[in-house]
Amino acid sequence: MKTIEIQEQQQVYDAIVVGSGAGGGMAGYVLAKAGLKVLMLEAGPFFDPAKDALQLRWPWESPRRGASTIRPFGDFDAAFGGWQLEGEPYSTVAGTDFQWFRARMLGGRTNHWGRISLRMGPDDFQPKDGVTDAWPITYDEVKPFYDKVDRMIGVYGTVEGLPNEPDGIFLKPPKPRLNELFIKQGAKKAGVTVIPGRGSVLTEALPGVEGRGTCFFCGQCGRSCKVYGDFSSSSCLVIPAMKTNNLKVVDNAMVREVLTNDEGLATGVSYVSTTDMKEYSVRGKMVILGASACESARLMLNSKSKAHPGGLGNSSGLVGRYLHDSTGSSMSGFLPQLLERKRYNEDGTGSVHIYSPWWLDNKKLDFPRGYHIEYGGGLHMPSYGFLNWVPEVNGMVPTKDGSKKDQGGYGASLKSDYRRFYGANVGMAGRGTALAHKDNYCEIDPNKVDKYGIPVLRFHYKWGREEVAQAKHMQETFKEIMHEMGAIVTSPTYGPETSYGLEAPGKIIHEGGTVRMGDDPKTSVLNKWNQSHDCKNLFVVDAGPFVQQGDKNLTWTILALSMRAAEHILEQRSKLNV
Amino acid sequence: MDRRESIKVLGLTAVGTGILLESCQTGTSEKETATANEIKKLPGVQEFEYERNNKLNSEQYFDEHEMATITVLADIIIPKDEYSESASKAGVPDFIEFMVKDIPDYKLPMRGGLKWLDVQCLKRYDKVFTDCDQQQQLAMVDEIAYPQKAKPEMQQGVAFFSLMRNLTASGFFTSEMGVKDIGYMGNRPGPWEGVPADVLKQYGFTEDV
Repeated sequence: MKTIEIQEQQQVYDAIVVGSGAGGGMAGYVLAKAGLKVLMLEAGPFFDPAKDALQLRWPWESPRRGASTIRPFGDFDAAFGGWQLEGEPYSTVAGTDFQWFRARMLGGRTNHWGRISLRMGPDDFQPKDGVTDAWPITYDEVKPFYDKVDRMIGVYGTVEGLPNEPDGIFLKPPKPRLNELFIKQGAKKAGVTVIPGRGSVLTEALPGVEGRGTCFFCGQCGRSCKVYGDFSSSSCLVIPAMKTNNLKVVDNAMVREVLTNDEGLATGVSYVSTTDMKEYSVRGKMVILGASACESARLMLNSKSKAHPGGLGNSSGLVGRYLHDSTGSSMSGFLPQLLERKRYNEDGTGSVHIYSPWWLDNKKLDFPRGYHIEYGGGLHMPSYGFLNWVPEVNGMVPTKDGSKKDQGGYGASLKSDYRRFYGANVGMAGRGTALAHKDNYCEIDPNKVDKYGIPVLRFHYKWGREEVAQAKHMQETFKEIMHEMGAIVTSPTYGPETSYGLEAPGKIIHEGGTVRMGDDPKTSVLNKWNQSHDCKNLFVVDAGPFVQQGDKNLTWTILALSMRAAEHILEQRSKLNV
Repeated sequence: MDRRESIKVLGLTAVGTGILLESCQTGTSEKETATANEIKKLPGVQEFEYERNNKLNSEQYFDEHEMATITVLADIIIPKDEYSESASKAGVPDFIEFMVKDIPDYKLPMRGGLKWLDVQCLKRYDKVFTDCDQQQQLAMVDEIAYPQKAKPEMQQGVAFFSLMRNLTASGFFTSEMGVKDIGYMGNRPGPWEGVPADVLKQYGFTEDV
């Protein structure tokens, strides 16, 4: 038999960071800036938005006109990857569902994310309703790091003083678009709060920050930004950290295992190069995982040794447990009053201009926690399928001369309908708290490996009564807002047969909780510094450590906690002996 | 960096692509339309995506007669009018040829639908669709273009026509001509100061919203 040659590197890095997204990027940045020698491993290729963004491309520059055949959010979207990757499968236990989105590229999913940057509130860290476990930390302990992230990366928004929706240090938000003015009006009548959005886009220069341009309002954050006008880990963390000469990135490096010594301490990692398929191992004084909640859990479970027989850092048996995504349900329609609207450029920012933070008192509701609402619609860049709804609805409103038209059609009359309806569409989507349950989890599939021979994940995830009740409430709310703004609903009516349009777990791409933090090593995987209870030089800085996320998109909290963990590492280096 | 500098940087960082010029000067880039025989590899497009695009482009799915039928149908759906040319002038038939290879689930409904259409026309007029005169063609289309009015025995035709209509509208309004026709004014650097004053006034909103 041929032997597999493993290329061993003798240099011992101060830290090895696995993954280059929000968590890995921030930890790598903080440590490299402080002078530590950091090696960052990324499973995908190098990606620099300045060169690689498909920003400002026209639809006809794609043979499929931006259709989502290859990339789930369309040809121009920045994410390399999706819910299915060639040669990297995962499985689900029968009767359960989980859709796992992976972006294989420098910066990971921060290249294409919606830039919606919300802080979790005091009640999210320390719930008063007793429904889920408390975090081992409070909002007040995290607040200084949220503040630092705001100053370092930038976020627009407005100071509102709302309960459990902490304000930040904000840049000026973009003004609402026309359809958003109607939404605000309709939502107000429906009793739903609407405030300016909160997005990590530089709507103005960020004091003290160099090398980043300000937003020029193309509305294409999802394609990543050539002038670094929004937050991507690639542009704002990793590439700047590389300039210190303290951080080295190895791309196309799929980590196989965290290596440990007889005492159970991490000594480095082994990886396979996805380009030459050769095996490598590298050494570090500590290992920091930021590979994404499920990928980091997979890596720990696959790193078995005498000291860690159930997987690295898994003496609690909880690695992979408490997996939770956000809930999601949506509705779309159009505003008849916007037919034949005047044309002008309303691209704005690629993050939300307005949103509805959770506004209700749960005492009067049949589900705990809540959701926020994101809104869309308007005169957006044409792309594949963007007018498909028009022949479905052109019979619903009278024509210009007041006569009735048959739905569908063709010819000059249909051609003018496309023009007439363009930009009148409106959509809303809820993003809510899904409860972290021990029984929703990922584990190693005993029967399957990926193309690198690495055992793959098997998921076990079911929505509970609470998530379905929340989706029902979303649909009722959306209907009311649509009604109050005079819109005509065009999306299907989602009833109990579809769990009220509740998306499958994983579809919202907010998964977390797989290596939750806590004070008790029996009921948690990490301590409150994102540090393994069982292996003191192992840290996890993605969304794995989340005990329970709120209805606040995770990224800002990942960044704050990763920064906090990295600063703790710097403070404790001598004591930790790392 | 302020916005003006951002825009300057954009021009400078887009090494070799002249992205800003390309993006802002519509009218010069008809040749860039990516349905034609050669597809340009843009920076940021992954190798496997580029290879797949070229592979699909090198294959031919529809035969000559099918392409001719698609062309006639596309121009019935989106004809020339006072604002713009017809669908075929915007390259829609080639786009549809590409899309059915890109989304193979469309192959059968399109091929079968075209055949269904010819069979219907043969029964009625003893001619395939493309050989029918315009009046006959429109009479046929009338039976499948209005889902709520269509007779039950026309439902397969309705399903085909809806797909054909969507592909045609996608292809037309994402072409350079179609983007201009629909009046999309963005995809260029600029300020965003909110809804223009005259539009606010038109809808009864005040300035301070």
